Amino acid sequence: MTNEELKTSIGIRLPSAVMEDGSDFLTINIEATDWVSFAQHLRNDASLQFNFLFCLTCVDWKTHLTMVYHLRSTIHRHELVVKAKVDRINPEIETVSHIWRTAEFHEREVYEMFGVKFLNHPDLRLLILPDGWEGKKPMLKDFEDPINMIRL
Amino acid sequence: MFEEVGTTTEGDLIINVGPQHPATHGVLHLVITLNGETIKNVEPHLGYIHRSIEKMCESLTYRQFIYVTSRMDYLSAHINNHACAMCVEKGMQIEVPARAQVIRVLMDELTRIASHELWWGAMAMDLGAFTPFFHAFRERESINDIMEETCGARLTMNYMVPGGVMHDLHPNFQKRVKDFIQLYKSKIHEYDEMVTGNIIFQNRMKAVGYISPEDAISYGCTGPVARGSGVSCDTRKHYPYEIYDKLEFDEVLETGGDSFARYMVRLREMQQSIRIIEQLIDNIPEGDFQAKTKAVLKLPKGEFYTKAETARGELGVYIVSEGGTTPYRIKFRSPGFSNLSALNHLVKGGKIGDLIAAMGTLDLVIPDIDR
Repeated sequence: MTNEELKTSIGIRLPSAVMEDGSDFLTINIEATDWVSFAQHLRNDASLQFNFLFCLTCVDWKTHLTMVYHLRSTIHRHELVVKAKVDRINPEIETVSHIWRTAEFHEREVYEMFGVKFLNHPDLRLLILPDGWEGKKPMLKDFEDPINMIRL
Repeated sequence: MFEEVGTTTEGDLIINVGPQHPATHGVLHLVITLNGETIKNVEPHLGYIHRSIEKMCESLTYRQFIYVTSRMDYLSAHINNHACAMCVEKGMQIEVPARAQVIRVLMDELTRIASHELWWGAMAMDLGAFTPFFHAFRERESINDIMEETCGARLTMNYMVPGGVMHDLHPNFQKRVKDFIQLYKSKIHEYDEMVTGNIIFQNRMKAVGYISPEDAISYGCTGPVARGSGVSCDTRKHYPYEIYDKLEFDEVLETGGDSFARYMVRLREMQQSIRIIEQLIDNIPEGDFQAKTKAVLKLPKGEFYTKAETARGELGVYIVSEGGTTPYRIKFRSPGFSNLSALNHLVKGGKIGDLIAAMGTLDLVIPDIDR
């Protein structure tokens, strides 16, 4: 599908979504509460079939965090980006690890680096950071650690 | 960590593999739950070589951060640098001169061969055959010598810069590459004679570590791991960059989905890389090796994403720019990280002896996973 067709198709399913065109991919901004049902639709709808989550990450905007999901369909060869704003103090969003299995590791990484809590995640623990780093959120912009200095 | 060794309440045995173990090719730590000889669960513990490269890059300029990325997947250093340089070029809208594009592709393919050579030798060593390692390193050495002459380094080349390559090719480059192709072609039959056709090797590789195409996609597998299951995912074919769309080469696909299929994909990929190099080595266009760029690079406000096919799969570089001289946020979608997430699925229900045969064909490079 072209970006225009994707826009129409998604606009019907989720009228509250704000769509941006212009960067590399078509970007869909949604509410965090809509995410799981929307993800199910993206994965399972016959004309969409976004079966490959190739990147999952988070950006700290100092006032809020944004979850960024890069999706591709290996069947229809189209791509899009879904973004969901989450609260910075108490970030929460539903997991999609049951839809795309790769999300399990990626969500654990975002959890330890940004502190985003993925609801219903099967195994939300530290993955890369060693024990004792719970709650420190090193990828946040205001993180300072004089011992483990991570800048050049 | 050590208290995890022991038995569970159901009487299953818990053992550690790594972090220091020759078969993990680096500091990977696996906690394995065993019922007799059958694997019930494998849980990777990562981070022994985590350096927070993404955070570091936030304080480095667009020229500097590329050098850090050589240290991620050190066996595909060129291709890492290439993906990052392309992302900056996309943001700055820099045209790369034709000569630089050809040099980049030549270097990428040499890197791919060197990486697969090392994997081939190490894979055979994991299964107890020591000799192939030396044969693989004989060919790999001559690639490293070529790299050393032109780039000044053997592993972390740092040769790609935004706008092209850092300096021109060494005068010996063409001759040495041709010599290498000669050497490679005269030795290629040894690979099959020594390893591929070996019945013990085949018995250990076939029907081990099976992953279906649907699962491979769901687990985010790319590169030879996904192509071994028949998933067409070669970035060079589907999202061509530089001059890949003008070159003749095949995307290597196998349908077995087991360790042997992934092994065959990499072996055949080396031959495709040789084919690409042969097309280009006599046709390097004259001209600039680098576009004229400003001394200080500033990406416009926005988001940029590029993907490149490394030896391990699809590397994605995601830059969020606020218009400054350093990236606001940078994310490396490393192929190894996603490939590793499929490990538990690959070996669950199998025997402990097959773990290494399955893990070896994932071709893990730990710094690429930990970043």
